[in-house]
Amino acid sequence: MKLTETDVRYVANLANLSLTPDEIARMVTDLGGILAQMDRLAEIDTEGVEPMSQVLFQADHTATLRPDLERAPLGSEVAVANAAVTSGGYFKVPRVIER
Amino acid sequence: MKQHTVESIRTDLLRKTFSAVEFTREALAHAERENPKTNAYLLLAPDRALTAAEQVDEKIAAGHDPGRLAGVPVAVKDVIVTKDMRTTCGSKILEHYIPPYDASAIERIEAAGGIVIGKTNCDEFAMGSSNENSAFGPVRNPVAPDRVPGGSSGGSAAVVAQGTAVISLGSDTGGSIRQPASFCGIVGVCPTYGRVSRYGLSAFASSLDHIGPFARNVHDAAALLEVIAGRDPLDSTSAEAPVPQYTAHLNEPVRGMKVGVPVEYMKHATGDTAARVNEGIESLQSLGCEISEISLPSTDYAIACYYIIATAEASSNLARYDGVRYTSRSADSAALSGMYQHTRGEGFGREVKRRIMLGTYVLSHGYYDAYYLKAQKVRALIARDFTNAFQTVDAIVAPVSPYPAFRIGEKVDDPVAMYLSDIYTITGSLAGIPCMSVPCGATSEGLPVGLQILCNHFDESKMFRLAAAFEKR
Repeated sequence: MKLTETDVRYVANLANLSLTPDEIARMVTDLGGILAQMDRLAEIDTEGVEPMSQVLFQADHTATLRPDLERAPLGSEVAVANAAVTSGGYFKVPRVIER
Repeated sequence: MKQHTVESIRTDLLRKTFSAVEFTREALAHAERENPKTNAYLLLAPDRALTAAEQVDEKIAAGHDPGRLAGVPVAVKDVIVTKDMRTTCGSKILEHYIPPYDASAIERIEAAGGIVIGKTNCDEFAMGSSNENSAFGPVRNPVAPDRVPGGSSGGSAAVVAQGTAVISLGSDTGGSIRQPASFCGIVGVCPTYGRVSRYGLSAFASSLDHIGPFARNVHDAAALLEVIAGRDPLDSTSAEAPVPQYTAHLNEPVRGMKVGVPVEYMKHATGDTAARVNEGIESLQSLGCEISEISLPSTDYAIACYYIIATAEASSNLARYDGVRYTSRSADSAALSGMYQHTRGEGFGREVKRRIMLGTYVLSHGYYDAYYLKAQKVRALIARDFTNAFQTVDAIVAPVSPYPAFRIGEKVDDPVAMYLSDIYTITGSLAGIPCMSVPCGATSEGLPVGLQILCNHFDESKMFRLAAAFEKR
């Protein structure tokens, strides 16, 4: 199936990614080539095979939870220290809801 | 610096040949002098390193055990977070990011007396096979400076090969430790999935990500894995299984060990790489290993399977870089949606954008079953191939890469060709088994070739034993 610029724009929007017109054109070619490789998976018979979403060993190796103990949190000052814009110890973002 | 090993440094410290502070100063100065040749370090950390070295010297002076990695200069791939030390993931979007905590592997290294001396260059968010996708410029292979060191952990491989670190940490999602180790002629280990805590490893593809060691010999790689392996309450996928003392069993005989050679791998291998690997297999035979052909029939579908699963997970994991929490925000951020789109569009490089797009596409409505779900089923078949093989063999050997280090720029414009070169390493990643690259001679041009050894889940001891015997051949 042929990938179009419309498809690329649609997916870029889902991915919250702005692309330049040049990048969109290139993405059509690159993704098209890669998807052609990926389409080969249709050849292989997976009837009755359970999907593998995680590497799992015996349950006692990985199906473990840590004890639910209280730990000191980072604290809001440290947590927002890397933010682009902060205000009063909070992350600040552009206005979302108009008055 | 190149002659130093984990054990020799310890001996020298205990004999007072030099102090940890003296040795660390020398290591830092050497790294600073040599780094322009490779661009492998993005950052050196003299303050942190010298503080850690002082603590090692204090322990020795007080007659205490200075730790398993006492005084050993360790370099860390810049996708692993270090408290108060810039961690960029090779990306412009994280150019100014200063993490507020240390990865668990880093805490363990420093608790064992290891000296974190700097952070190494890598492909952006560990996406690449050549280290050319770094926002901070490519790394040069110390063996052949016009060539790539491999990727994505190219910097961590280069510093060990160059002698500007003794050991280093990399991360491996589809071959990112083994392939650069083979390109630079050193040892690189991707342990069993869950063997080393991923806490503090910036997530690329969570079901495939591993932290693992680079070293100039098998012993040092095993020693580093001993230190960083084991259950960590902060990573729920880290395994409870006890950590064996890998270094204690390196000299045990390999006579009678059953070693399988997958026919599906060798049929693609050509040229000097195939010749060196075949000679390597003959050496194993003369060490007393029983060599047999095996089949891993789903191999041909591994590339497609891997690039669907890895990009799908990446598209989700990288959603967090949105202009809010991680330093960069586009100037073009008047509206919320524009802030997300422009911050990401300006901050991510070409390969990362490509993978986010692929991952978003294969997860999108109408394609999920055909791509993502199908790939998860194929992944189960690939894992089953290995389970079946390990019923008859103890270890599998194979090439690491179809070819040795290529020239910088040679493959950068052909993503499909770049992806196809991962064929020998991604199968082990998908199955979550331990695998490593050990030096296996060189091509006629003098470029290193690696032999890959793969074992069953948690069989690192056996893998190291075979690698150590091979190293001494």
